Amino acid sequence: MPPLVIVLLVAVYPLIRVCLESVTGVGTQSSWGSVLSSEAFGDALWRTVAIAATATLGCLVLGTFLAVVLAFVPFPGSRLVGRLVDTVLALPSFLVTLAFTFLYGTAGAVNAAIAGVTGDRAPAVNFLYTPAGVIAAEITFFTPFVIRPLMASFSMLPRAQLNVAASLGASPLRVLRSVVMPEAWPALTAGGSLVLLLTLNEFGIVLFTGAKGVTTLPVLIYTRGIVSFDLPGAAVIATVQIALSLALYGVYRMVFARLMTQRGRAGTDVAVEPSQ
Amino acid sequence: MLLWNRRSRAVLLGVFGIVVVVVFVAPLATVVLAGLAGAWTGALPSHLGVDRLGGALSGENLASLSVSLQTAVVAGGLALVLGTWAALASREAPPWLSRVVDAVFHLPIAVPSVALGLGLVIAFNSAPLLLGGTRWIVILAHAVLVLAFAFSAVSAALDRLDPAYRQAAESLGAGPFRVLTRVTLPLLLPALGAAAGLAVALSMGELGATVMVYPATWKTLPVTIFALTDRGQAFQAAASTTILLLVTLVALTALGRIRSAAAVR
Repeated sequence: MPPLVIVLLVAVYPLIRVCLESVTGVGTQSSWGSVLSSEAFGDALWRTVAIAATATLGCLVLGTFLAVVLAFVPFPGSRLVGRLVDTVLALPSFLVTLAFTFLYGTAGAVNAAIAGVTGDRAPAVNFLYTPAGVIAAEITFFTPFVIRPLMASFSMLPRAQLNVAASLGASPLRVLRSVVMPEAWPALTAGGSLVLLLTLNEFGIVLFTGAKGVTTLPVLIYTRGIVSFDLPGAAVIATVQIALSLALYGVYRMVFARLMTQRGRAGTDVAVEPSQ
Repeated sequence: MLLWNRRSRAVLLGVFGIVVVVVFVAPLATVVLAGLAGAWTGALPSHLGVDRLGGALSGENLASLSVSLQTAVVAGGLALVLGTWAALASREAPPWLSRVVDAVFHLPIAVPSVALGLGLVIAFNSAPLLLGGTRWIVILAHAVLVLAFAFSAVSAALDRLDPAYRQAAESLGAGPFRVLTRVTLPLLLPALGAAAGLAVALSMGELGATVMVYPATWKTLPVTIFALTDRGQAFQAAASTTILLLVTLVALTALGRIRSAAAVR
């Protein structure tokens, strides 16, 4: 397996070097003890987890709503929206932050429009350089990662089940709660853990926001490693983050494997249905 | 089928439309408009024109675009070859080994790209693997990051491939190499095209690993865009992002359109 050897060399070996590098700073400012006890690290760790968890929750709510409408309330142009959502997946994340500066910045379009109506000069919308700005940008960028698996699991759901439930008098909300959502849980967990992983690792959005008060672990690795050129210190933070991400990655793979086996079983269910 | 009442359906679709426009359409449209705008002090941009796009296509910005394109093509190509090879080989491998391959190939996108960049800087900064300070470390970083997408796209396509074609060719006496080049790869061509488009698109927009490894002589477009916003030149940054967006979309659609000869017949 030559490809496996190459990938082990260029991906796994550097990560191991990061862990090794982290112990070279013993006795200096960059040792494990002094980095982990520093206020900057504690703040960044807490902020990273809080932003990732909130953004994931937002993505799940927004993604479920959009996926349910796309799958079950068909309208002309729904395919176009689906394509748009797919395209966002391939775009750079910092684009969202850049757009938000023009839209919601203190001198942005929304504030100018509000000022034009009220005549008040002070900016009415001013969340961009707070954690809320980062969370809003991350929700925008990562929601497609929830929509995709949800759409896939909705497409497995026989339409007849919905129609039967509705014809027996169930309200749309009840159909959603007791027919649609039970099928969607595995896809939601898979999409949610993927988004949680990606938001923990997100760098471009936070870097472009550039606010002093909003530093996450990846940005801290960057400033420590490149701006102040303290490789051992950066390696300590990177080791912590790699451990965190790998743990979550393990959970994601487990959830995803279960999703795949369940889908296999669901397939046989559907196959026997018409003969009943 | 979920809503039977015409009014509730209209209300829901209205809400849906507003959400899609605010969340997805507005940011994309804003960047493009800001790239075209001369100034944006009111609610709407003014002095629309293509002057800034000209700026984005000259001097340092053009150089960055060319660097980004070269990086994306070389890194995407490397990732595609390696990913296809691994996907084909892991088919023949015992199950435990293919599980290992799957986990290892997805590893680079599971860890933060900044940490991977840091690792590359540390690991390839001394002989015999001296790549630090050259363009190759940027290309290597991009190749590693897009490898996961190339690998999973080709694997998924292989799963859907009907083995009957391969078996028919084998039963007619074709050797493994002939089966690969005349049957399997042509059938995989659409998936390879789509994977290549995605690889180029992701590489064009990569920032996290690049800022850790790039030398001053090999600045990719996202790095230049970040430098522009850092200096407060947000409009020029938007113009460069618009160009980036255009190139990305062209790569995605052009490479995604490749159809295999078998499908045409």
